[in-house]
Amino acid sequence: MKMLNILLSAFRALRRNKMRSFLTMLGIIIGVAAVIAMLAIGQGAEYSVQQQIDALGTNVLIVFPGSQQQGGLRSGAGTMTTLTEEDAATIQRECPAVAFVSPGTRSGGQVIAGNLNWGTGIEGCGADYLEIRKWGVDYGEYFTESDVKAATKVCLLGKTVSDALFPESSPVGQNVRIRNVPFKVIGVLAKKGQNAMGQDQDDIILAPYTTVLRRLSHYPYLRYIVVSATSPTNINAAQSQVSELLRMRHKLSSYDPDDFTIRNQADLAAAANATTQILTILLASIASVSLLVGGIGIMNIMLVSVTERTREIGIRMSVGARGRDILTQFLIEALVLSLLGGIVGIALGVGGSTAISTFAKWPTIITVFSIILSFGFSIAIGIFFGFYPARKAAQLNPIDALRYE
Amino acid sequence: MIDGIGAARVGFDGELIRIDHLVKTYLLGEVEVHALRGVSLGVSRGEFAAIMGASGSGKSTFMNIIGCLDKPTKGTYVLEKIDVSNLSRDELAHIRNEKIGFVFQGFNLLSRTSALENAELPLLYCSMSNAERKQRATEALELVGLGDRVHHYPNQLSGGQQQRVAIARALVNRPSIILADEPTGNLDSRTSVEVMGIFQELNEKGITVIVVTHEPDIAQFAKRHIVFRDGKIRSDKINPKPRVASEVLKELPAIDEEEEE
Repeated sequence: MKMLNILLSAFRALRRNKMRSFLTMLGIIIGVAAVIAMLAIGQGAEYSVQQQIDALGTNVLIVFPGSQQQGGLRSGAGTMTTLTEEDAATIQRECPAVAFVSPGTRSGGQVIAGNLNWGTGIEGCGADYLEIRKWGVDYGEYFTESDVKAATKVCLLGKTVSDALFPESSPVGQNVRIRNVPFKVIGVLAKKGQNAMGQDQDDIILAPYTTVLRRLSHYPYLRYIVVSATSPTNINAAQSQVSELLRMRHKLSSYDPDDFTIRNQADLAAAANATTQILTILLASIASVSLLVGGIGIMNIMLVSVTERTREIGIRMSVGARGRDILTQFLIEALVLSLLGGIVGIALGVGGSTAISTFAKWPTIITVFSIILSFGFSIAIGIFFGFYPARKAAQLNPIDALRYE
Repeated sequence: MIDGIGAARVGFDGELIRIDHLVKTYLLGEVEVHALRGVSLGVSRGEFAAIMGASGSGKSTFMNIIGCLDKPTKGTYVLEKIDVSNLSRDELAHIRNEKIGFVFQGFNLLSRTSALENAELPLLYCSMSNAERKQRATEALELVGLGDRVHHYPNQLSGGQQQRVAIARALVNRPSIILADEPTGNLDSRTSVEVMGIFQELNEKGITVIVVTHEPDIAQFAKRHIVFRDGKIRSDKINPKPRVASEVLKELPAIDEEEEE
């Protein structure tokens, strides 16, 4: 029997029970649409995490002091007092793969402006910090190298802090008191939103690190040094240059372990990506369960159909249909069901994902891969779940089939 | 074509069917049912035979074996010089497709399928162009007098017309033999005669017809009577004076067929 004729008769058979065929297809439609939508949501999440990490700067290294060890007690990263302003200056001077360096320290406390107050973190940083972080200033301006040298009492507010302390007026030019030290607000930072871990990156105050060290924390060592490589591809070169330089400066012999830790954002990016990939796989596997259920629906209906059409099978056999002709006929019917379901499901999944990103403002990405995957899946399901009923039909005894009432 | 499947060619020319000591035994649970207990028979080309017998006489089993729907337990069945007694399922399907046309009591048409599509069904299982298939099916329908009902569905046709579609379907592959199993069982007496008339016409054109029936009236239209009882042939006689359907119809009171629809 020719393929075209089989296809035509399959369509005719399915048209005879329109409602039933549609309901059977619905299982596949929902399954395929769910797989596509879930993959789109997962990949959208992956993309936005990637975006945020890129915004942090994938060419960024952060140098922390090592952990302090007294006897057997190790106090955790950053507890050693090994990073100095001089270290930061030397990195800037001597490492060719390094573009910018920003020494960093951290303080915190209650910030008061007029009759309002707000508890937040104060980051002390260098003049190139915004350059490294790819961050901008909304109002006012950033402090300069001379502010850093002179340890002037100026600061920039993050959007959240600005909204909390100056809900109605512009903060630029106003004074705030941080732990009773007056600072002049010279700018408001651009809104950065949450980071990958859900922290509000705008709940922050930036000030020259020299000012923070001398006026607020009264602590002579740096908490960290932020370094940017000349390009993301140079990040490993920058990392080894910084590491070598610091080992030399800290006079470590080749047997001593590092007294500092260098973290790069690429590791973080990889970890975050792995997490969202797991999320995507999880979502897709849940969705495939519904695809599987749809497949079982096809098998169920095909079994009913074989029983109902036993006499037809007998007639076809009596006029010369071989087992494999009957097998092909029913297999093609199952396949047409699952294929049509797959196509409608793809349309629905793509439409649904677009609707989600439009109305729920959730980023979704539909890849060709996810479409091919779910399409292939629906074909496989048609063949897999169609085979058993089709084989049952093909193995009928023509005499019994003809007599079937 | 059949040579390709390795069947042996035996028998002599002119003889269409040669059956020797055919035995068929079924196993119903633990009870053996002897449906056929050694049947030998020859049918020549162009015959019109009626197989008669009460139910349980083995005539249906015999019909199934002749129609290659079933295999004998013992004995040989040679159809057109091919020993078909031991062919596989697929090979039997091929023989049915090429050499046998069935007509059943219950018409056995595909519902919601036009007369034309029903008639062309056997041709779907052999290689043939769509145009040729349509052509042959239309010709077959014209031959049984349904040239004007080609696109009607079975539920739009009377019983007699449905049976004619079934006969067209049996004819379409130009088979060696037409096997009709109680073809008039579901029809009124006038339509029965009409259907037998079609068989007679076909037979006059040289087509071999075997009709299974338990109605002696219907058997009277055949040229040969084979009576089965208890799985054996009880008598096998030539009908000296077969009834002629066209003459019988003239004597019957006319019924306007259109009214049946």
